[in-house]
Amino acid sequence: MKAVNLEKRLDGVAVLTLDNPDGPHNILSRDLFAEFRRVLEEVRTDPHVKAAVLISGKRDFLAGADIKSFFAMKEPSEGESLSREGHALLDLIAESPKPFVAAIHGQALGGGVELALACHYRLATDDPATVLALPEVTLGVLPAGGGTQRLPRLVGLAPALPLLLTGQRVRARKALRLGLVDALTSPGGLRETAAQAARRLAEGTLKPRRRRRRLLERLMERPPLRGLVFRQARKGVLAKTRGLYPAPLAILECVREGYEKGPRAGFRREEVLFGELCASEACKGLLGLALAMIELKKPLPGPEGRKVGTLGVLGGGFMGAGIASVSLKLCPVVVKDVSDAVLGKCARTVWEGLSKQVKSGALNRFERDRLFARLHPALDYGDLKRADLVVEAVFEDLELKRRVLEETEAVVSPECVFASNTSALPIASIAERARIPERVLGMHYFSPVPRMPLLEIVVTPRTSPEALATARAFGVAQGKTCIVVKDGPGFYTTRILSPFLNEAMVLLEEGAAVEAVDRALKDFGYPVGPVALIDEVGIDVGAHVAREFGDAYASRGLSSSKALPALFEAGYHGRKNGKGFYRYDRRRRGRKPVNREVYAFFGGPRRKEMPAEEMAERLAFLMVNEAVWCLQEGVISSPRDGDVGAILGLGFPPFRGGPFRFLDTLGAGEAVRRMEGYAERLGPRFRPAPLLLETARKGERFYGGS
Amino acid sequence: MASGRFPGRPVVVVDGCRTPFVRSGTDFADLSAYDLARSALSGLLHRTGLDPREIGLLVLGCVIQDADTSNVAREAGLAAGLPPACPAFTVTVACVSANVAFLNAAHAVASGQVDGAIAGGTETLSDAPIRLSRALRKRLMAAQKARGPLDRIRRFAGTRLRDLRPQIPAIADFSTGLTMGQNGERLAKRLGVTREEQDAYALASHHKAARAQRDGKLGAQIVPVTVPGSFRIVREDNGIRGDSTPEKMASLKPAFDKTFGTLTAANSSYLTDGASAVLLMAEEKARALGMRPRARLVSSALTAMDPLDELLLGPAFAVPKALEAAGIGLEEVGVVEIHEAFAAQMVANLKLLESEAFARERLGRTSAVGKVAPERLNAWGGSLSIGHPFGATGGRLIATCVQRMEEEGARYGLVAACAAGAIGNALVFERVEP
Repeated sequence: MKAVNLEKRLDGVAVLTLDNPDGPHNILSRDLFAEFRRVLEEVRTDPHVKAAVLISGKRDFLAGADIKSFFAMKEPSEGESLSREGHALLDLIAESPKPFVAAIHGQALGGGVELALACHYRLATDDPATVLALPEVTLGVLPAGGGTQRLPRLVGLAPALPLLLTGQRVRARKALRLGLVDALTSPGGLRETAAQAARRLAEGTLKPRRRRRRLLERLMERPPLRGLVFRQARKGVLAKTRGLYPAPLAILECVREGYEKGPRAGFRREEVLFGELCASEACKGLLGLALAMIELKKPLPGPEGRKVGTLGVLGGGFMGAGIASVSLKLCPVVVKDVSDAVLGKCARTVWEGLSKQVKSGALNRFERDRLFARLHPALDYGDLKRADLVVEAVFEDLELKRRVLEETEAVVSPECVFASNTSALPIASIAERARIPERVLGMHYFSPVPRMPLLEIVVTPRTSPEALATARAFGVAQGKTCIVVKDGPGFYTTRILSPFLNEAMVLLEEGAAVEAVDRALKDFGYPVGPVALIDEVGIDVGAHVAREFGDAYASRGLSSSKALPALFEAGYHGRKNGKGFYRYDRRRRGRKPVNREVYAFFGGPRRKEMPAEEMAERLAFLMVNEAVWCLQEGVISSPRDGDVGAILGLGFPPFRGGPFRFLDTLGAGEAVRRMEGYAERLGPRFRPAPLLLETARKGERFYGGS
Repeated sequence: MASGRFPGRPVVVVDGCRTPFVRSGTDFADLSAYDLARSALSGLLHRTGLDPREIGLLVLGCVIQDADTSNVAREAGLAAGLPPACPAFTVTVACVSANVAFLNAAHAVASGQVDGAIAGGTETLSDAPIRLSRALRKRLMAAQKARGPLDRIRRFAGTRLRDLRPQIPAIADFSTGLTMGQNGERLAKRLGVTREEQDAYALASHHKAARAQRDGKLGAQIVPVTVPGSFRIVREDNGIRGDSTPEKMASLKPAFDKTFGTLTAANSSYLTDGASAVLLMAEEKARALGMRPRARLVSSALTAMDPLDELLLGPAFAVPKALEAAGIGLEEVGVVEIHEAFAAQMVANLKLLESEAFARERLGRTSAVGKVAPERLNAWGGSLSIGHPFGATGGRLIATCVQRMEEEGARYGLVAACAAGAIGNALVFERVEP
């Protein structure tokens, strides 16, 4: 088996089928380059070949490059030469006098799109599976196969920038509208239709379809307007990334270079900047995350889980509706609650989510009907009797959760798995009165469920491997990245979040201003400031968590601030009731003013300047240190899980790669030194965890190597 | 005339359910027949827990067709999660559509073509297809072939103002031109059914239905419908008037013959939206799957008479045929479920079943068919009180009959209905001991 199969048809069309013999996907790699070059040479020299088709023998067209190889790159020159080889290869196609047609079905990502862009004509299937995207930016790199040059030239500067800068996915219809593909066809017969297109292109009876650009669009691609477009784009990028992510700026630079000095210069820029990005820490952090997420999708060793034929969800609130929404594609879902008013609202949430997918083209209307018909609102536990997995998402109240567990056990089969969606209540304690505690575990979803990618699965010492396998397989099928953690106060995510948020309260007590704390952490790379986050999740929830396990680690100096419970008592619930650290009544241009009333709970309205970097570090170190405690105590089983959980669940700055990669980058020794400094000044809560001390002493890294 | 003992291997009803039946223009005003059928089917699958792959055929009744979903059974079946490989078709036989759908499915099971099938029906009378006039339709069709905008305008030349008036379909027999109500009025006058008899019958129907609703008997056959848009979860029939009184009934003006008539809105069935679904299987298959067979189909009759004078007398003709085929007498039947189109029609049919003259002259029998004991008849209400979504009613009758047979410990159950075109249907069931 070869990775590129060449078939020469009698009509003069050569069909090049990409068919990676070593895996389910076609991946751009150096090995493929070599073979590709040989085949292209044959196409070039064979006089009988008049035109060529590029098609995939896999489910997807081409899923991108081998990102593992990026991860290994240490020197800028490595990435640079890879990009240069890629350009040379794609030039063979782009400059060929014989027309090439890209026949695209399934995903065409990164290098897949760039390969198609190098062809003379793009034919895609009008199928929900067909998706085009240049996701390089999300991995901290740039499209180094000519994407920054060929895409704007094909579709125009203005439509190209968002695709390059956000990695946005484009479905077939939209790709046609943009001019990214020349024509659509049905999946069956793609090869034949593409061959016909290739032959007609060679004969001159088919012309590539180019979208006509409006006058304004054309003006935007010339000076002086062009300069303005680039300045605006740069401003947008900086506002979004706070200058922490180099990739989008590098992409802009390549595009501009190409417009100003021509594509050759643009390609050259891609090579240089790609090399630099590949060797950067930010890229390693993002790539590490991507690779970890791929690993976490693979099944665990051990017993296979139970196939979930029916899912039960207890509680039709926002959380329950979210869990139902992401499960309907997998099986019928019975949502049980005490009133039809709540169930109706739940149904509305689900319906609106599905309708959004209809709008985006991810789902057709009939499919929406079919999925919605699988949602069964129930007032009676009896409806759950056939459930294989029941997830409770009732109010965070231990006694209530114990009771719904008992009531569920009374109707379900002995094999049914019971999962509690709690962010802090210990699972073992919920399972205390369970008839079969082996089937009980935690499935901690994050809100809003359809958007948040993490699922924290919590096991107690009694949880059976079968129950875990069932929950995890189901979570993965829902599209979640699952980390498996041990039961304990706050599990992993809530536990490391708690000292982080608490420190924000301490800062306010010391006199810091709300907006200053939030800005400091956003500048560090968190998507939301800690104080705003408390408003979002609710001060009631914060107070509840503080009460639940706030004093569990008091011996380490982590005692929780009294301010949150006091605020809650005074009627501040955060965003949900419009009364929080911020005001929600007079939002202007997306900015919400600080609610200065709250300072009464933090020693009065006088606020003082505090160094931003120190504020960010204090919070970040407490989170990171707690993560190390979790690793040491076995709450998480690997630094990888800890990093994925913190990034996907809590918004730990992705480019820093998570708490453990952050420590590796900073150096355990340096981290210890800084933390001990804080401990001396501010108290024992900053004392490094023993495992961190040990790692520093041995000069090791959490991810191995030195 | 088609009647007889049901041939082939034993066919049993495993379960039956329906959406709530609601007055048209209320809770389901924005839903289509396809939506309602989808709810009934997915509800049936959910409550039985049956693997949809065990269903080999779906047949639904529907009277007022929606052009978008002319084979509504197929669309609703797919949307409800029946496998694509399960064929589905829609039958239309007016108010016995679901009964005939059931017979079609039962034949397929009995003959061994499929092991499991779903039959039922669906109807929305909230959104009857209102058509443009023939003249305008003709011009619209022609305009599609027009060359250029000017030609298109030219094609509409000669359109008169009255051509623009939309046409609302009437519930009338094509052959006689009479609406059901007008024909009911004829029947009442011919057989001397009084206003008092009709009002008393209709009132009793509402009271029985209200009691059954209160006792959860109707709830047990209902699957909820979540209405997109309002996101109300509808679990109850909304046309039952448990608080109705003889005075209130008497206060209504006649609806069809304003001067000499006796049929009113209160003693006629009303426009209703709803759907029903019944799961039937080969008895051996049901047992093999661990599903409980509830009642076996013993015999059936499908009759047709003169659409002018015998339009609403389907039960009077079909019931004796089905009973004869089953080899039992009316007195042996513990549960009787007859479709109540009009109170007048019910009283008339009951009278004819008791009539020796009718038996002799029209049925060729020596004695009357018999008297239906009132406590055995429509004990949980009927179409007058619960409502009558044309294509779906048969499914409700079968589900109720089977459910009642079980609760009341009856050995035999009888379902009967009349339909436009003077079609009649009767089905005899025998309870299967668990």
